[in-house]
Amino acid sequence: MTARDALGTHETPLRTLVDVAGGRASRELFVSQDLYDQEQEMVFGRAWLFLGHESQIPEPNDFCLSRMGEEEVIITRGRDGGIHALLNSCTHRGMKVCRYDSGNARTFTCPYHAWSFSNDGRVVGRPGELINVPGYKSRYHEELEKEAWGLIQVPSLCVFNGSIWGSWDPDAPPFESYVGGMGMWLRFALDSRDGHSDGAEVIPGVQKWRTACNWKLSPLNFSGDVAHVVSHKSVDMVGIGPSGVGRRDDKEEGGGAFGWPDLGHGGTGWVAAPEEDYVQPASFRNFPEVARYFEEARQQRRELRRGELHFQGKGSIFPNMSFHEEQPRTVIVAHPVGPTMTEFWRYYLVDKDAPDEVKDILRRYNISYSGPAGLTESDDLENWSAATAASKGFMARRSYYNFQQGLGHSVPYEAVPGCVWAGHEYSEQNQVIFLKRWREFMEGRTWPQLMHHEPVLGDVRFPLAGDR
Amino acid sequence: MPEPGSLELTGVRAELEELLYLEADLLDNRKLAEWLDLLADDMTYRVLIARDVHSKELAHQYHDAPLDVAWMDERKDLLERRVAQLATGIHWAEEPASRFCHLYTNFRLLGVDHEMGSGALSACTSCRFLIYRNRLHEEEEWLVGKRTDRVVRSESGWKFAERIVYLDQPVLMAKNLTTFL
Repeated sequence: MTARDALGTHETPLRTLVDVAGGRASRELFVSQDLYDQEQEMVFGRAWLFLGHESQIPEPNDFCLSRMGEEEVIITRGRDGGIHALLNSCTHRGMKVCRYDSGNARTFTCPYHAWSFSNDGRVVGRPGELINVPGYKSRYHEELEKEAWGLIQVPSLCVFNGSIWGSWDPDAPPFESYVGGMGMWLRFALDSRDGHSDGAEVIPGVQKWRTACNWKLSPLNFSGDVAHVVSHKSVDMVGIGPSGVGRRDDKEEGGGAFGWPDLGHGGTGWVAAPEEDYVQPASFRNFPEVARYFEEARQQRRELRRGELHFQGKGSIFPNMSFHEEQPRTVIVAHPVGPTMTEFWRYYLVDKDAPDEVKDILRRYNISYSGPAGLTESDDLENWSAATAASKGFMARRSYYNFQQGLGHSVPYEAVPGCVWAGHEYSEQNQVIFLKRWREFMEGRTWPQLMHHEPVLGDVRFPLAGDR
Repeated sequence: MPEPGSLELTGVRAELEELLYLEADLLDNRKLAEWLDLLADDMTYRVLIARDVHSKELAHQYHDAPLDVAWMDERKDLLERRVAQLATGIHWAEEPASRFCHLYTNFRLLGVDHEMGSGALSACTSCRFLIYRNRLHEEEEWLVGKRTDRVVRSESGWKFAERIVYLDQPVLMAKNLTTFL
């Protein structure tokens, strides 16, 4: 029985794989080829996926390659400035029509049989349209229906504060609804530090690497797995933080794990406050020019955003995008390559208007922390690959991963609708929230069900304090 | 200055080739404090990201602009912290310890000059590397690429002053980078 067969029923095998009320998930989620195959359509075929950032394709006709699940897509900026995403596979015989990581081109001509496609919709108004086929008159007798054979277009596309998101589902809800309150955190990462919208840029150069682990371990880790910081003790001991100690400048009070049970997102952040009351401790004490830049930016932000709610944190947006909003300031996408292989793409963000001197220090700090050579991330990759390897065997697969830390102790976080937390005691609520969302997608729920506008028979709600 | 291939520089060439093999021995034998001694205090160390470009745009095959992202872009203080992290015994990416073989080959002396100011002898060299990593029974990784160095002779011998590593994997096929290239 596949997840698709289970549509409309509530006694699905998926319910036994993800035990929301009990805080457990089967190891099958992390090793099974069958589940992996189903995920490609049920999760990556429907969810909003991070494709990149506008700053990667600033000029008309710029393009760069990205991925959606296992497949490659071309992100293009048309002559009119509009952004499009096209499946990188010729409609004739499947060859990749673009094999350069980035560039500037109005057309993509397939190397195999020279079918040629536009980067935008200049002729028939459809991005990726087929504009030229050798022998169209003589050999195809003008009978080829060109309009029907354009590159497959990503039907739902959204630019959110400069970040580019796509969904293969034309009926996907607006990204703003999909991301919900977590959008505040994402905006903070993407706005300039002084509070101006869209002020970030991706520093040229995306780190891409493969690790033998299941892709879900990454968003689960970044969704607020605070307990795992013990594995980074070696970094804290040697101190790469920009003030000379630890891994970064952290606020000492006010932290917590915040999650969105209806949406699947979550992370670790700090309690919200009106912008003018929000306290940002000093940072980058070893780099006075950066410290000064941030302090001036914060003062400007306090004025510009006066009266608005300041709510920031780092975390994961379901399914496979995670970000750190401040230290370091970076996005990671866990692209599935197989049940036990993931290709990570890490992007680094910086204020585009920051002085080069500041950009240079931030860039070097960020890559000292993150990426495969990062003093912190290198250990994460070891954890994920070894956990995957040790979950493959028949005996291991009979048992479940444990996500019970603080389960049943979460309460609504009143300041932000839809958000829950367990106070300042960290918990594994966000991992359960992620797994619950994964199950909802895998069950093939409709969008009204996924957005919780329509109830699902026998649904298990996320356990809150007082439920028991 | 004499031409890089000239007889007058045979001694310099031999010294620098020996330096390369010494470096490999120190790295493979995890004598990392001694390895740090081979680095000038103001050393810059950069491992560039490769990308797929058109054959007419080979100049852009590596992200080498000053503000581009790299795999690593560090000064000596961070390299020292990496060594210190390895020494903690709880840096899990290198516990249990990997077995490394640093193979350096195709060594060339590209030029010799005197440093502005100090007048110290300075040389530019290039080589290829093939670094084999084996760990945890059966895990294997190969890192292959090109490297250029600027090396400066001081009272305590030759010191690496500037290194650019061209790692020839746009998608790094290693789960993490825990050695020096």
